[in-house]
Amino acid sequence: MSSEKELSLDNGAVIYSYSLRDRWRKWCNYFMLGCLFLLSLIAAIPFLFIVYYVLAKGISSVNWDFFTQLPKPPGEEGGGMSNALIGSLVVVGMASLVGIPWGMGMGVYLSEYRATRTAKALRFVVDLLISAPSIVIGIFIYGFIVVRYGFSSYAGSAALLLIMLPVVAKGTEEILKMVPNHIREAGLALGIPRWKVIVRIIIPSVLSMCVTVIMLAIARIAGETAPLLFTALGNQYHIRDLSEPIATLPVQIYEFSKSGFEQMEKQAWAGAMVLVLFVFFINFFTRMFLFFYKKDKIKPFQKGK
Amino acid sequence: MTKKPNPVFIFSFLSFLKRKQEKRDIHIQDRLFYFFLKGLSWSLIFLFFYMLFVIFQMSWPAFSHFGMKFFVNIEWNSWTKNFGALSLIYGTAVTSFLALLLAVPVSVGVALFLNELSPGWLARPLGFVVEMLAAVPSIVYGLWGLFVLAPVLRDYVQSFLSKYLSFLPIFQGNYYGVGMMCGGVILAIMIIPTISSICREVFRTIPEANREAVLGLGTTRWEMLKIAVLKGSSTGIIGAVIMGLGRALGETMAVTMVIGNATSIKASLFEPAQTMASILANQYAEADNELHLASLTAVGFSLFCLSLIINILALLLVWRMEKKFYPRRKNRKNNVFSIGKVKV
Repeated sequence: MSSEKELSLDNGAVIYSYSLRDRWRKWCNYFMLGCLFLLSLIAAIPFLFIVYYVLAKGISSVNWDFFTQLPKPPGEEGGGMSNALIGSLVVVGMASLVGIPWGMGMGVYLSEYRATRTAKALRFVVDLLISAPSIVIGIFIYGFIVVRYGFSSYAGSAALLLIMLPVVAKGTEEILKMVPNHIREAGLALGIPRWKVIVRIIIPSVLSMCVTVIMLAIARIAGETAPLLFTALGNQYHIRDLSEPIATLPVQIYEFSKSGFEQMEKQAWAGAMVLVLFVFFINFFTRMFLFFYKKDKIKPFQKGK
Repeated sequence: MTKKPNPVFIFSFLSFLKRKQEKRDIHIQDRLFYFFLKGLSWSLIFLFFYMLFVIFQMSWPAFSHFGMKFFVNIEWNSWTKNFGALSLIYGTAVTSFLALLLAVPVSVGVALFLNELSPGWLARPLGFVVEMLAAVPSIVYGLWGLFVLAPVLRDYVQSFLSKYLSFLPIFQGNYYGVGMMCGGVILAIMIIPTISSICREVFRTIPEANREAVLGLGTTRWEMLKIAVLKGSSTGIIGAVIMGLGRALGETMAVTMVIGNATSIKASLFEPAQTMASILANQYAEADNELHLASLTAVGFSLFCLSLIINILALLLVWRMEKKFYPRRKNRKNNVFSIGKVKV
């Protein structure tokens, strides 16, 4: 494709000279590669800005009171978000209590019985549910639970459960698929029942990676707001009964941010900072872990393949 | 004299029995384990369809009351009980389109740079940062968009646009910061990680030999990227873009906080508007009458169907891409994963 001109001199030497078009191609190459570099910088900038502003605006309001006090009425200084923090803990905890075994079970099914018809249907549904708008899941829980039993923490955690299940299932599937097939075959060849091969050999070999997937799923549902708006609703006080409406951190941030009072906006930034730090902490450490884990354990596995 | 049974029949019956026995696990725990997992799986599939059914049932009053006019009616008024989704559809379409316009070049560029060009020491932190964009909760995006991005847009971008480009109808009128433009920019930031991560996956499916072959013809690196990577994966890129569109349509909180919440159709990007998702977040908990609730649910149902269609389309495109380079093996049916009840 290159259009080099070949000039033969009298003494037989050959000179390659680049034509104008070749020079154009060269500079075009440099320009486009530079553009790609700039584009990736542009993609990185918003993240840095978000982190900077959340830390800069939130740091002044995160103190001991923030974690221990109830929110003050509008206009008053001080106060905290302890009700929302506890509420988030309760709702996310209940969702993960059901979601982890259920999601992991489905992940095992998707990976270990991957060519069955059920697995194909489930994979399709999981893919659709992962990318379904979370607010629609809130509507479903509203029609399914809230209409009958009213706003409650159960409804909130049911909505989060439905968001969490496909994420956990997909993640577990991806990780179990990394286990090479000869491990399964070796186990089966020893006459071990299949469930024992799965539960005692395959899952333990990647258990720590499954834990990271679960942590990521928890980080994801901890920040969900939309489905909680009309399932868990919100509450000004500490919760006394699980069948009451419950305050959660994201919803409280949303409500404080549109209140118009400066003090509440400060609290909202503080809540956002806590949320972001929690999510980043989990993401960062799971990633570091996966990075080092891969180096040590999975690679020798695959070399033998 | 008794009738002799047909030997062919006996043979086929025996072979049926035999096959039945072969397919069966000898461990009862295996069967229990299998059915337990199958039960978990089917319950999610059932929940999914039940979800469709429940949402449709709740929105039925609105559909029966307004008919198909629901989708072409501009007005959304809970006093006169006249509800139409056109302004919401318009808001959703404009913000999503703006988001795609801004996000697609950036995210394809990021994917190309990270996969094909950048050295490992740069690719890892940069990839981490781009992926972390997906991990930021959308409420934080909303907060940031409302208090940081909107004033910046108002003071620097929108004032500039309305000064020099105000002959275009999309840059006319007053500007407040919050509005469709801010929503589009926030959405663009939010869908960059979605599109770029799928693009990276897609680029990875292209065999290394293709790149080497094209480079071997004497092309520059950019030409190699164009010929071997971009052309070969155009289907996958379109799939990724559609996936990003699906995310943009369904994004709720961030858009709700920055779009201004006004059900109207204006050409200017500076104007506040309302998307299908944001009106749900705004009004669902305080819907004042049955018809209002049903109409909101109808909007939710249409949003759900739209996102299902878009995601199915994207999945089909990405699958086609994978099949192109890795055709399905024929004996796939006979491996250990294909049978629920393994003979052990």
